[in-house]
Amino acid sequence: MAEPVLSIRDLRKTFGALKATDGVSLDLRPGEIHALIGPNGAGKSTLIHQIAGSLRPDSGSIRFLGQDVGELGVAARARMGLGRSFQISSLALEFSALRNVMLAVQSRQASSFRFLKGVMRDRSLTEPAMAALERTGLAPRAHVPAAELSHGERRQLEIAIALALGPKTFLLDEPMAGMGPEGSRALTAFLDGLRQEAPILLVEHDMDAVFALADRISVLVYGRIIASGTVDEIRSHPDVRRAYLGETA
Amino acid sequence: MRDGVGMTRETAIGLFLVAVLLAFPLVASAMGEPFYITLATRMAVLALAAVGLNVALGLGGLVSFGHAAFFGIGGYVAGILASHAFNQEPIFSTPFAFMGSDRMPVVWLFAMLVSALVALPIGAISLRTSGVYFIMITLAFAQMIYYFAMSWPAYGGEDGLSILSRNTFPGLNTANPLSLFAVCYGLLLVALLVFAVLRDSRFGAALLASRQNATRLAAVGIAPFPVRLAAFVISAAITGLAGALYADLNRFVSPSMLSWQMSGELIVLVILGGTGRLFGPVAGAMLFVMIEFVLGGITERWQFFLGLILLGVVLFARGGLVGVLAGKVRHG
Amino acid sequence: MSTALLIEQLLNGLQFGVMLFLMAAGLTLIFGVMGLINLAHGSLYMVGAFACAAVAAATGSFWLGLAASLAAAAAAGALVEIVVIRRLYERDHLDQVLATFALILIFSEGTRWLFGSFPLYLDIPSALSGAVELPGGARYPLYRLAIIGVGIVVAAGLYMLISKTRLGMRIRAGESDREMIGALGVDIRTLYTVVFALGAALAGLAGALVGALQSVQVGMGEPVLILAFVVIVIGGIGSIKGALIGAILVGLVDTLGRFLLPKLFVAFMGPSQGTTMGAAIASMLIYVVMAFILAFRPRGLFSANA
Repeated sequence: MAEPVLSIRDLRKTFGALKATDGVSLDLRPGEIHALIGPNGAGKSTLIHQIAGSLRPDSGSIRFLGQDVGELGVAARARMGLGRSFQISSLALEFSALRNVMLAVQSRQASSFRFLKGVMRDRSLTEPAMAALERTGLAPRAHVPAAELSHGERRQLEIAIALALGPKTFLLDEPMAGMGPEGSRALTAFLDGLRQEAPILLVEHDMDAVFALADRISVLVYGRIIASGTVDEIRSHPDVRRAYLGETA
Repeated sequence: MRDGVGMTRETAIGLFLVAVLLAFPLVASAMGEPFYITLATRMAVLALAAVGLNVALGLGGLVSFGHAAFFGIGGYVAGILASHAFNQEPIFSTPFAFMGSDRMPVVWLFAMLVSALVALPIGAISLRTSGVYFIMITLAFAQMIYYFAMSWPAYGGEDGLSILSRNTFPGLNTANPLSLFAVCYGLLLVALLVFAVLRDSRFGAALLASRQNATRLAAVGIAPFPVRLAAFVISAAITGLAGALYADLNRFVSPSMLSWQMSGELIVLVILGGTGRLFGPVAGAMLFVMIEFVLGGITERWQFFLGLILLGVVLFARGGLVGVLAGKVRHG
Repeated sequence: MSTALLIEQLLNGLQFGVMLFLMAAGLTLIFGVMGLINLAHGSLYMVGAFACAAVAAATGSFWLGLAASLAAAAAAGALVEIVVIRRLYERDHLDQVLATFALILIFSEGTRWLFGSFPLYLDIPSALSGAVELPGGARYPLYRLAIIGVGIVVAAGLYMLISKTRLGMRIRAGESDREMIGALGVDIRTLYTVVFALGAALAGLAGALVGALQSVQVGMGEPVLILAFVVIVIGGIGSIKGALIGAILVGLVDTLGRFLLPKLFVAFMGPSQGTTMGAAIASMLIYVVMAFILAFRPRGLFSANA
């Protein structure tokens, strides 16, 4: 079996008396979509924050591309190739869609400490950014400020930014959230092809999408992974049915 | 969007303001009214200081309430270098004797360098915080330097330091008001160009994004802290340069250049004109000096009315003068 | 250096700290509850001092003056809150800074207009004049001890107010969740006005008390305001406890620094240079302390919203 791209071991994080992450271990292997599901308050966001580097775990290790990234900040992990999308769209709202994506291209290319050349005249920035927008179908809206994009378009923009980073792993936090059924179907098809580029750790509430996409599913409840396996294994797992599917069905 | 209506209109207004600022002293000179030349020089120097603050405040969203520190440091650098050169006393004698200088370009270089060097630790500590903490800490650091200047008697302490003979510029007679204006105006144009280039560069993109959404910036792999620190230092250097010119204009530097009121005025200049706008500081400085001059001619209590005007601008005219005239900012 | 002198300086530091606490408590309360940075807080301090001096001069009674200072500062605070500040709660800090900076200009020039440019003087009330004998033989002004007493009473009163009363409960609710307090049916506009007026009254009280020690003049508020900022930054913005500890710390460090540092430098550098150097460093000392604390605790010692 291939070496995992992302490997989490015995991660723990408590807030006061609350064990938000309680001994989580998780692997993401090349080419796969690993879905992380669980009821609200299960600790999915806390886990994502720790993987991305915006929250420091109390103990445990996170290895990315064979390197312990526990001491690295958000930006350093992103530069290593951790492409993240946010649960609630997090964009530079005054910037156009294109300029939002260009930031990612800029980061990937090299230092941001370049003071002379205008970015809008720099085709090494605009062209890859436009290509990422085209892939997500947002190219016609490239010059619209992010603040004026619809909710669904902002979700697409989040994905386009992650794409433009050319990441080694996608960390997608509820990419379908708030999208209509049509948008969700289109995005599902898109993510299906994306796993060839880089494996995806997918946090998602949309069960149709999860069952359609996931190679493996891990179920998080009260900070613990109570089950991990293929779609069929999870569907039939008694604890999962009781703890999770029963509640949301 | 770069060639959208708002953009060209804003540029047109800006170029018009810059042209007026140039025409004003020329007309005054032709009419034999040197006082108005000095007024225009004051506008240009304050505009330059505000261009500096606009890098941190306008582009980076860093509300520095301590930029008087850099303005004053620039002023003191000019005063101290000039006084040592005048008195033929070395500032230090090891490892080599440095006699100060009365050459403007040398003075400017030192003013920018010293301001930047002071801004580095202040920024490094202040930028660990954000929001209201940042405002108060930058204010506190500026107060620290203010009190030091007040209590350190070597360069005049509370009484300030006179520049007996204005620093010189090769090929110009800086004692002539119009020549001094030309020097200040030229530097203002250069600073505006630097601001525009900076804003449109990769660094500018990262800085603008750090103001809008620092979380997003970090998530694409660009750490906000070094970007902000660099902006703070660049900003301080430009404001320090303006301070050196201001000292030369008044031929005097005192702790009042370092005071919190000065920091407040610099913020006022930026906001009156339009935060983050290229020509905002020019509009703000022209408007401020005009208000000061016109109201000051009518009543001794002009600051009372300045307060009312400012309050009106904050409550009802967001976006400043350039914002009112040119509409919302567009970033490509 | 005698013990008596040191005790005197310690008490001076404590008195200075108490006065800073009166300012800082209002600032930190207003920031904690309303999220507002108020530069004009120093103006309310000045209003209190002028009201006290004017009423004391007219009636001959310091105590009437003191009552007037509380009333005038609270009224000025409430008025400013209703006319201007209220429109700033939803704005960013930059707008708040600029608008309250404008208020300083209006207050300062307005006061000059009313009272002229010459300072007013306020006498210490006869009941509190004189000095008391301290252990060790030193004599210390009774009035300064009274200020320390007022500070202790106010600190205790604020603690009771916030932890035990209905108003305090609303203030705490407002700090943690503004929407919830609206949902509880509390009239949030009135609450904000009351909190602002309370902070203003404390600033006015400080101004009046200090007015009898120094001259009462325009511009007296801002240096104190900036020190109060240092206090709440050190203590953690929004925390009354932090304001108290920060204020005492700043008061002691500043007073003792000015007392001890010149002596220390004289020992190393000789009298003339040592005194100058010591005084210059002492004037920067609290800012150095602030920078040092922030380098380790960027949100202050007792941050309420950490």
